[in-house]
Amino acid sequence: MDLKFRRNPDYQTLRDDITPERMFMDRRHILSAAGLLGAGSILGALPACSEPEQTPTAPATAGGHAAPGAAVTAKKTAFAVAGGATVEDAFTGYCNFYEFGTGKEDPPRYASKMTVSPWQVTVEGETDAPGAYALKDLIDYSKLEERVYRHRCVEAWSMVVPWVGVPMQSVLAKLKPKSTAKFVQFETYLNKKEMPGTNRPSLQWPYVEGLRMDEANNDLTLFAVGAYGKALQKQNGAPLRTVIPWKYGFKATKSVVKIRFLATQPGTAWNKANANEYGFYSNVNPNVSHPRWSQASERVIGGKGGFNERRDTEMFNGYSSQVTSLYAGMDLKRNY
Amino acid sequence: MAHNPLLRTFGKHWLKPLTLVALIAPFAWLAYQWSLMLAGLPNDMGWNVGQWTHRYLGDTAIRILLVTLAISPIRDITGWAPIALIRRRVGLAAFFYAALHLLAYFWLDRSWSLPGLIQDVTLRTYIMLGMAALTLMIPLAITSNNSSIKKLGRKTWDRLHWLTYPVAILAVAHNLLMVKIVEGNPTIHAVILGMLLLWRVGRWVIGKLKPSEVAA
Repeated sequence: MDLKFRRNPDYQTLRDDITPERMFMDRRHILSAAGLLGAGSILGALPACSEPEQTPTAPATAGGHAAPGAAVTAKKTAFAVAGGATVEDAFTGYCNFYEFGTGKEDPPRYASKMTVSPWQVTVEGETDAPGAYALKDLIDYSKLEERVYRHRCVEAWSMVVPWVGVPMQSVLAKLKPKSTAKFVQFETYLNKKEMPGTNRPSLQWPYVEGLRMDEANNDLTLFAVGAYGKALQKQNGAPLRTVIPWKYGFKATKSVVKIRFLATQPGTAWNKANANEYGFYSNVNPNVSHPRWSQASERVIGGKGGFNERRDTEMFNGYSSQVTSLYAGMDLKRNY
Repeated sequence: MAHNPLLRTFGKHWLKPLTLVALIAPFAWLAYQWSLMLAGLPNDMGWNVGQWTHRYLGDTAIRILLVTLAISPIRDITGWAPIALIRRRVGLAAFFYAALHLLAYFWLDRSWSLPGLIQDVTLRTYIMLGMAALTLMIPLAITSNNSSIKKLGRKTWDRLHWLTYPVAILAVAHNLLMVKIVEGNPTIHAVILGMLLLWRVGRWVIGKLKPSEVAA
């Protein structure tokens, strides 16, 4: 039987800076700190048990960008969600990143092998500025913003994440898409030696996703390089990922290595795997069920001890006022 | 092997109580994890306890059901007859975990919403299959006792309990159709079920050819 007797070291560092459950989580932190003392040298050797928050300066990677988990500074913005962010350890401990396996604990367990430095992003297709870009040439690190967004997975669970990044439109403008570019496709890093999930039958690799240009240029759409005031952890898509808060989570692309401008709608990973269940648009929509489950409500991840409440799912994940106009006149049932 | 005196003693005195302990163990472990969670302590259930709980119960039910189907082949291959003594309690445990699986789903996933559950059963094929499997298990669970065998007669009872096969097929299909893409556990369950069913078909075919030998 697949009984999970392993103890996840991430639970040892439960910590919460933002949610109103601060007192409760602090209590857990104290308890686990006591546990750390008892376990002594073994746990002391685990990097997961250190306190990256207290790192005074951000250690830079060979690529010049902050190493995963290093502190980054970002300007606070008005983008907030009532109730605050999900506890950080849920964000880094409960992930879908099928390149590392289909289990939610697989990415935190196996992603450490992924090479994120140096990092290059290839820009190609319908553009006047094709080429290979270093991260610092794409992202203006002096203009990082923190935006707290809802994150809704197609599997009917949700989190609230304080992303650190820049509006995607500011990056795409630098890449000079031609007027013929109607779509933009993103591709995830692929290395079969570093990503055990890519050696099993699963999705077609590399993972690709795409947006219409007007979706990519929407004010909400981000290129994120961090979350929770730190550079992105590998299991969350370090060092660069997309964030499209009104779409299901799989529409985001983690660990982006390629940006391709296209005249026609690109193929996308989940659509290729099962077109009946995962459409190109995949906007969060409580009125359109997944063929195998309802999307009307969602389990909220990150409650006390892992217990989750349910909440009603909102149209466009609560971002209707910013994005409804993108889909004027479209049948959202057919264009799921 | 069948005539080893130690094995005979074990079969007679130890097999049934030990089986009971083994069948209760997954539930005891789940209860322990929940008590950790409710005390606010780190536990092994991850961040989606509701989903984790009903999936754990469902997986346990299917695995115990597969064990039920494996008992006859084990008996016939090893010739160790006492193992057949535990078949009924193993089958009952499968029903117990399957019923808890439905309860956990109804509570933790549907928040006791009957319309929600009815909608699931009617709209989602995989849930329909799971409900069918559980429903078919009810008469089997009710008749898993000596007095029922006496009342029904061995032949009728055997015929009724042949339903275990459609139950297993429905349960594994429910499991296979639930996942987003072909992945680990459901596939393994399906392969094991396929092997067990093949063994039965093989035995049936051999029985047709040489009826006297197999009956012996």
